[in-house]
Amino acid sequence: MMETRKPLLLSLIDTRGGIFLGLVAAATLLVPVLALMVPANSAFALPPYLVALFGKYVCYALLSIALDLVWGYCGILSLGHGAFFALGGYAMGMYLMRQIGTRGVYAHPELPDFMVFLNMKELPITWWGFQSFPYAMLMVLLIPGLLAFVFGFLAFRSRVTGVYLSIITQAMTYALLLAFFRNDMGFGGNNGLTDFKDILGFNVQAKETRVALFVASTLALGAGYLIARAVTQSKFGKVVIAIRDAESRTRFLGYRVETYKLCVFVLSAMMAGVAGALYVPQVGIINPGEFAPANSIEAVIWVAVGGRGTLVGAALGAIIVNWGKTFFTGALPEYWLFALGALFVIVTLFLPKGVIGALDQFKARRQAAKNSGAAAPTAAE
Amino acid sequence: MDIAKNSLLYLDGVSVSFDGYKALRGLSLTLAPGEMRAIIGPNGAGKTTMMDIITGKTRPDEGDVLFGGSYDLTKMDEAEIAELGIGRKFQKPTVFESHTVDDNILLALKAPRSALATLFGKPSADTRNRIDQILETTKLKDHRFRLAADLSHGQKQWLEIGMLLAQDPKLLLVDEPVAGMTDAETAQTAELLREIAIDHSVVVVEHDMSFVRDLGVKVTVLHEGSVLAEGPLDVVSADPRVIEVYLGR
Repeated sequence: MMETRKPLLLSLIDTRGGIFLGLVAAATLLVPVLALMVPANSAFALPPYLVALFGKYVCYALLSIALDLVWGYCGILSLGHGAFFALGGYAMGMYLMRQIGTRGVYAHPELPDFMVFLNMKELPITWWGFQSFPYAMLMVLLIPGLLAFVFGFLAFRSRVTGVYLSIITQAMTYALLLAFFRNDMGFGGNNGLTDFKDILGFNVQAKETRVALFVASTLALGAGYLIARAVTQSKFGKVVIAIRDAESRTRFLGYRVETYKLCVFVLSAMMAGVAGALYVPQVGIINPGEFAPANSIEAVIWVAVGGRGTLVGAALGAIIVNWGKTFFTGALPEYWLFALGALFVIVTLFLPKGVIGALDQFKARRQAAKNSGAAAPTAAE
Repeated sequence: MDIAKNSLLYLDGVSVSFDGYKALRGLSLTLAPGEMRAIIGPNGAGKTTMMDIITGKTRPDEGDVLFGGSYDLTKMDEAEIAELGIGRKFQKPTVFESHTVDDNILLALKAPRSALATLFGKPSADTRNRIDQILETTKLKDHRFRLAADLSHGQKQWLEIGMLLAQDPKLLLVDEPVAGMTDAETAQTAELLREIAIDHSVVVVEHDMSFVRDLGVKVTVLHEGSVLAEGPLDVVSADPRVIEVYLGR
């Protein structure tokens, strides 16, 4: 506290964070070069589908960091974080739908195809304003944030904790899944939103746009990491960890535990929303399937695999598991769920602190071995 | 109401029951400002329930609980009561295991508690000094950078008492501070509490009679949710009803 103060940004970055941000920066620079400047027939060229795939991983990594913030630091095991991700995605999807304009199958200047198909006569209020990009981006933050606020306000004030809270977060995302499946909700029913054309006037399919979206995703990941790091390193973050360790002790010290939980939960939901918004233009579709409870549970597995309460581990876990998923669903599609289940069991049994925790342990053991190795000759004398 | 006005803590006719079991039946107790009081009683006498009621964890079914003569504690929640100046030490040592000893004290130090203040606020200039002072008093100075999880049982108890001190409360409630401690640790704890009692009011709940004797303060004996006897330990322990409660079964 009293030490000479480093500039705020530098004081946030430790060795691990530095390596992580370095990798993110390297990806931000390398992917555009490999995808746009290297000739397509070169062995180093990155085909557009891979750019989109990597972009998807980066969005998942951001979602994973958001989840780590609530689970790893505050001890709130949310099994419904996919809902915030999907809501952010829908907000972006609605903007993209409004950009189609007369290029739709029915060529209606205002209504997206599915509304014409459903005989809707005018644009529902929920869709107003979504032709504006700034408005849509505001909604990307506000809608998940507002849901998290209302949900968290009620749940935390009633002191719902532990497994009960996990179950109601799961119920929340399931309820949204059912709601978004309905055609009369006005969000495209089970087909969701797709056939996007432009984003900010650029063709979403174009190679350059994909690269730009990838870069936007890595920048969001870096920023999300730094925000999460700033929050967890502050005194606020210490209180949050205190709540995780001993909730009633924190309360008897005079902290309003509910307020703290609510702040973390809302921040995390907003980060998840941003991740979802960046995800949708890269995969080209958003449908109610994104609300499926299994998605939220998978995100929990990413965090557990990487190591919770480490932020970097969460991002790493998301990338490892999803890379495995891409591989498995390509090579042995029937076995992916078994592999995922096995991974969870293995991590729980052998890597309770995840990959990052195992690395730390390995380093500590080597350090100890070095120390005792240096001490041994003196002991022998 | 004069007694209520002049007292720091005033409990009158407090009753509470859980699913029909009467944990407290008409408990009345008065604590003067600056007083240290020991509370003894067999298991199930209602000692911890009494603490729960004072700190706002449990609401009484009936009775008055006043702090400083005017604050009605039955209408406030834990955080408000803590802000008012009542600190509590739990029976089991409850510290923040994944924080260092230093950070444990820092979190307890009297300072704005709002989320905004902790997110954007800067620590006040004398923060360091106050932490040093408390670590000195609790003999934890050499352990300040260790994680609380790595401390011994006795050290955790002292850390928790240190956290109470850091809150700078008007009243400290200390629940079985020497349970599971060695004799040497017990003696040190008694000394620590006597030191604290110089400028704080303290209520100590304890089973250990020799520890209570070490403290040398007025004793209240609880039995089945109400006060059985009150006075110096020698007088109280000669009371035939107290002997019966402790030895009679």
